[in-house]
Amino acid sequence: MTGAQPNRLPTGGRVDRSRPLGFRFDGNALQGFAGDTLASALIANDVQLVGRSFKLRRPRGIVGSGAEEPNAILQIGEGATAQPNLRATQVPLRDGLVARTTRGWPGVRFDVGAINDTFGRLLGAGFYYKTFMYPRAWWKLYEHAIRRSAGFGAAPTAPDPDCYEHMNAHCDVLVAGGGPAGLMAALTAAKSGARVILADEQNEFGGGLLACTDQVDGAPAAEWVAAVVDELGDCADCTLLPRSTVFGYHDHNFLTIAERCRDHPDGSADAFSATNRPAAGDDSTAGRQHDPRNGRTAKGPDDHPDSGAAAGHHQDTVQPVKERLWRIRARQVVLAQGSFERPLVFCNNDRPGVMLASAVSTWINRYAVLPGRRAVVFTNNDSAYRAALDLTEAGAEVAAVVDSRRGGAGELGRKALDLGIPVLQGHVVSDVAGRQRVSGASIARWAGDGWATVKPTMRIDCDLVVMSGGYSPAVHLHSQAGGQLDWDESQLGFLPAKSVQANVSAGAGNGKSSLAECLADGVRAGAETVSKLGLEPSPIEAPAAGNIDENPIEALWRVPAVRDADRCPKQFIDFQNDTSVADIKLAVREGYRNVEHVKRYTALGFGTDQGKLGNINGMAVLADILGKSIPEVGTTTFRPAYTPVSFGVGAGESVGELYEPVRKTAIHEWHEAAGAPMEVVGQWHRPWYFPRDGEDMHAAVARECLAVRNSVGIMDASTLGKIDAAGPDVVEFLERIYTHDVGLMKVGRCAYGIMLGEDGMLMDDGVMARRGEHRFYLTTTTGGAANVLDWLEKWLQTEWPELQVYLTSLTEHYSTIAVAGPHSRRVLDKLGCDIALDNESFPFMRMKPATLAGIPVTLFRVSFSGELAYEINIENSLALAMWEKLMDAGREFEITPYGTETMHVLRAEKGYVIVGQDTDGSVTPVDLGMNRLLSNEKDFLGKRSLRRPDCLREDRKQLVGLLSSDARTVLPEGTQLIDEAGSLARGHRRAKRPAWRGSQLGHRSREPIPMCGHVTSSYQSACLGHPIALALVAGGQSRKGATIHAALPGRDPLPVEIVAPVFYDAGGQRQHV
Amino acid sequence: MKRYSALSLVRNALDYNRSWQTAWRSPEPKKSYDAIIVGGGGHGLATAYYLARDHGIRNVAVLEKGWIGGGNTGRNTTIVRSNYLWTEAALLYEKSMQLWEGLSQELNFNVMFSQRGVYNLGHSLQDMRDIERRVNANRLNGIDAEVVSTADLKRAIPSLNTSPDARYPILGASLQRRAGVARHDAVAWGFARAADALGVDIIEQCEVTGIDVRGGKAVGVETTRGPIASDRIGVVVAGHASALARMADLRLPIESHPLQAFVSEPIRPVLDTVVMSGAVHGYISQSDKGELVIGAGIDAYNGYGQRGSFPVIEHTLQAIIELFPAFSRVRMLRLWGGIVDVCPDACPIVSKTPVDGLYFNCGWGTGGFKSTPGSGWVFARTMAHDEPHELNAPFSLERFTTGALIDEHGAAAVAH
Repeated sequence: MTGAQPNRLPTGGRVDRSRPLGFRFDGNALQGFAGDTLASALIANDVQLVGRSFKLRRPRGIVGSGAEEPNAILQIGEGATAQPNLRATQVPLRDGLVARTTRGWPGVRFDVGAINDTFGRLLGAGFYYKTFMYPRAWWKLYEHAIRRSAGFGAAPTAPDPDCYEHMNAHCDVLVAGGGPAGLMAALTAAKSGARVILADEQNEFGGGLLACTDQVDGAPAAEWVAAVVDELGDCADCTLLPRSTVFGYHDHNFLTIAERCRDHPDGSADAFSATNRPAAGDDSTAGRQHDPRNGRTAKGPDDHPDSGAAAGHHQDTVQPVKERLWRIRARQVVLAQGSFERPLVFCNNDRPGVMLASAVSTWINRYAVLPGRRAVVFTNNDSAYRAALDLTEAGAEVAAVVDSRRGGAGELGRKALDLGIPVLQGHVVSDVAGRQRVSGASIARWAGDGWATVKPTMRIDCDLVVMSGGYSPAVHLHSQAGGQLDWDESQLGFLPAKSVQANVSAGAGNGKSSLAECLADGVRAGAETVSKLGLEPSPIEAPAAGNIDENPIEALWRVPAVRDADRCPKQFIDFQNDTSVADIKLAVREGYRNVEHVKRYTALGFGTDQGKLGNINGMAVLADILGKSIPEVGTTTFRPAYTPVSFGVGAGESVGELYEPVRKTAIHEWHEAAGAPMEVVGQWHRPWYFPRDGEDMHAAVARECLAVRNSVGIMDASTLGKIDAAGPDVVEFLERIYTHDVGLMKVGRCAYGIMLGEDGMLMDDGVMARRGEHRFYLTTTTGGAANVLDWLEKWLQTEWPELQVYLTSLTEHYSTIAVAGPHSRRVLDKLGCDIALDNESFPFMRMKPATLAGIPVTLFRVSFSGELAYEINIENSLALAMWEKLMDAGREFEITPYGTETMHVLRAEKGYVIVGQDTDGSVTPVDLGMNRLLSNEKDFLGKRSLRRPDCLREDRKQLVGLLSSDARTVLPEGTQLIDEAGSLARGHRRAKRPAWRGSQLGHRSREPIPMCGHVTSSYQSACLGHPIALALVAGGQSRKGATIHAALPGRDPLPVEIVAPVFYDAGGQRQHV
Repeated sequence: MKRYSALSLVRNALDYNRSWQTAWRSPEPKKSYDAIIVGGGGHGLATAYYLARDHGIRNVAVLEKGWIGGGNTGRNTTIVRSNYLWTEAALLYEKSMQLWEGLSQELNFNVMFSQRGVYNLGHSLQDMRDIERRVNANRLNGIDAEVVSTADLKRAIPSLNTSPDARYPILGASLQRRAGVARHDAVAWGFARAADALGVDIIEQCEVTGIDVRGGKAVGVETTRGPIASDRIGVVVAGHASALARMADLRLPIESHPLQAFVSEPIRPVLDTVVMSGAVHGYISQSDKGELVIGAGIDAYNGYGQRGSFPVIEHTLQAIIELFPAFSRVRMLRLWGGIVDVCPDACPIVSKTPVDGLYFNCGWGTGGFKSTPGSGWVFARTMAHDEPHELNAPFSLERFTTGALIDEHGAAAVAH
């Protein structure tokens, strides 16, 4: 079996040799085992070269084994289900997986871009700020070339067929990280009775224990992990979330977790390239069983390894959720995310085959793959000796352990010597040979002087260089939460210090190095958090684990080379972005000395690993160059996401058809059946017009308009906002909101009301009616409904809490049918109404409860068309029936349904404004000629602002009507108006192809042409037989009869006459009949 | 100042890059200056530069409490455009646009101003009316603008969802071809280097803790590095403008809100222009490195913490996927927040104040980056002549009492 996997060890590891999985890498068919990551499978197949660096395009191999990996950034999958930029170290292998390298042209092996490396000296930090400037017009060309090499993987080109979801949860204790400390913290908290969520980014809990050869409580570490996970599963209220990365720690102990539901060998994420994305999301909530043993599993094919392919055949199969965002509000948080091993910074330390020591141990112990046959181990601390022992154990030769410390290592060092591993103390690896794969290491004696040069004393042939520069606790979440960091000089790392939110850190992430310490620290953290919750900590003892005697780490931030740091081969700090020691020196030389400036100038930590691998080294080197201490230099800001999360999981269900609900009226189906195209108005779909056979919009609207003016029309006005306002202080409240004298309204009266912002500008309008002494019925515009309710509530709740008023939105409860036209009364009469409808009994601007065709309704005698009209308010469930009855009753009058467009024309003929179309937040009621609506008797919101000097200017833009001089041209809405036609330069008149087109740099600005207003509404009026327009024109109300000009793009200016904004039935008789 | 050029790169490479000059000095603050700029962001550095270049005032200090360009200059989504609705705003932003065109050469620092066009999408009939109105106004104001159809959009931006079946179908867009993006950090550094070369002292790690006002006149500032005297003080501190104003007993009509943005991991080029949608609320471009740069909405609450709330990010991601359904599998790498200073009319204050010799430049809200050179240019002029230039005269502090507001809520990328 392992024949195809030359680097696979015959025994050991957590891979299932009975389950081979085939995958493709850059087109080559390879094989791994269940339990592998893509990275371990690649190493098993002796794949060294996995990428090219960003700037210098240097060949790169796998360095780390987890979230810190900067090089193995691959494109996984194909087509619509491809995922760019996944780290091979974090991709669980599955059958049929397709992976591609993402850098290098034509390929990763031979890359033309590698010429950048040859000229690397020209491409130092920030070189691009210093060139590509001349000649100016060429920047476009330069940039075009630069962009060609942008990015790693590629976005799919088709919409994502997968589903994502959001999930809210509360817990007493959230434990981030399921290694030794996290497991013990979770166990302690759960046993103490706390509600616990334990999240870990890997497939299996255990963290570093999965790659560990130590014993815990007398059992192999992995067995101990399994027992603890079982125990946690048996706890009453403990949720286990494997494959779940806590990526954000926000304010108020709110944390976000991305769970990869199908990201395991059986998940077959890509096999479900379902073409049948369910329109209504998925119903996986039904499948949220919580399997206490293996963590949660998603419903459906997930549970069946082989059902992936089958899913495509069952079109109605529920599609499993791909990823789930957990939004967690935790009372306490334990951060146990472990630590990241640091590389050492020596010449050519980026060559494929240079690996972190922890990664090497992981490959061997967890995945049973051997990354090299002959290794040199380079370290400044004891931990790397483990890798040397593991390598030897696995059958590789360790040519030497090169330890920069003259004192060497403790117990592990003695073990190495016992195994006959040569140990060179007080030595460094000064350079590495080999380009696409390590072939040897140069070793030099070193006396401890930071910036000295050294002379190599030997060269050792090897195919693997193992490095360890010590460990940096993963303080990301602690820092995201606002916590402080302390530099620990003995451990050489930033440790979590004071927290500002309810969190504690534990384990390696809290600076504990040995397994025994981590286990004990987990117990401590768990007990500490439950005590804060007021629970009695369960008396749990940390399990026994060997504590070995170690010698302290010694700082070695930059390894001396044969030449000084400016001239020696590159010593990389940020691998992905090719930031080297020389780059940081250059940045400092040029004055970029703040750590944030250095980051931004050199791109240190800008990569997809966000500096997990290199940042601390970079800051230490910077500190060294500046002659400052590392804490003085400080860190850059830690921000979410801890590791990248897909846009899809962040968006959740609310995409596609669920992006925002489409609101439809109760009569919507009828409109659709009648063939009405819909206009999108806010969240609503409203019928736009009702075309008859072969009619275009123009013809349909003309017919609808004439029907209303001459007979009767019917419109669905249900989308208007409707608010019930009631309470003992409702009059006082509405007096302050509306501009008219609300208190003078008698019960049963309607009024047109407007409300202003504090700036005095018109905000919303609508008819309001007094239903009782202490009850009003308010209507708002369709688009403004929610805002108005918010606005009213804001004043009630924050400014005038002493007023007793209750507001209830009725928009979704009642439908409104407008019946408008001279025959509207006859239609209602014909239906049978229990109240008298004649003008005397039920005059204009009244409301009455009534029974129409036996159905209880509220009738409003109001009009937005200027015709005799009624609005029927009716419960939603009865609205469609009422509409149909009205259609029947109106047949003899050729009752005509009309849509929003006709409504707009009719109201424009009457000069009624539409808020948001004829106003734009800069228009006062005075500008609109609504002075009579402004009460002198009381104060109201915005009144004071109306007295500001600018609001009293006579040349403010005011609402007027416009008539085109040619009586033919319907002015496009949005047309700007100018006083003098002559001011319009020829250039603008001929502006179909403006001067700047073609050459943007050729843009020559002209003197601005003063504008005196613009067209807000414009229509062909069917009943008048000519176009009409409404406009806002400077000083317009006093300029009636004057001629100004419409600046029509690409045409000569068209003279237009300013007229009153009421074009039809100026006396208003028609609505009073 | 030694000039940057391709040749200088070669020359320095021969010397292993050991002879590059420092971009700006780190001088000790002097006891007094002819002018003090509080705030070392793009606007403040630009102000200092134009004071020195155009008005002969070179004895200038820029006081920065942290590191230059560390506020909103280094936190924005780098969009530059001038297609504002109202003449007052349009002309001010257009002045800025004209300075952007040629800024790299002017500063001898490549700010990578890339005129790749900005599309503002319309999703409703009213959006389209507003677009027509704005485009017509822009053209009369001498600013390039055009209305493009959905078919044009489909051709120009293949990844954009132009389907009529979208939740909010795209009906068209305005396009300003001269608009685009620039490298934000480089703008601060470029102005700093050029101002430094003209003699301006850029003093980092120097927080202003008080403004000395005597007899209605500004006479200096208290700082963490001691008092510094000057009778001409310009405050350009964005989100903290109100806090600085309080030091001189002034109140500004400004609210400070968190505004977030985020980048994706670098991906192959997939979007070569800037797309903004007010209606579904997202704006997006792709950097030269390959990251999708995405602006999120503003948080409703007030605050000075440079972090926002996650639901805003969720909404933005939903909007981006609505516009670009194929980006769903791209991953968010890093999100951050800045503090925007918002005026009631979504327009800035570039103004004298009731205190003689004290000037404020603030309230740029979500639109500060694009205005960087123009803002500095008019503010320098205002400080030098103790009188606003005609371009910024409408943006006075008095407008909030006179009522002469310039309501640009419609033109702002982010609903205020």
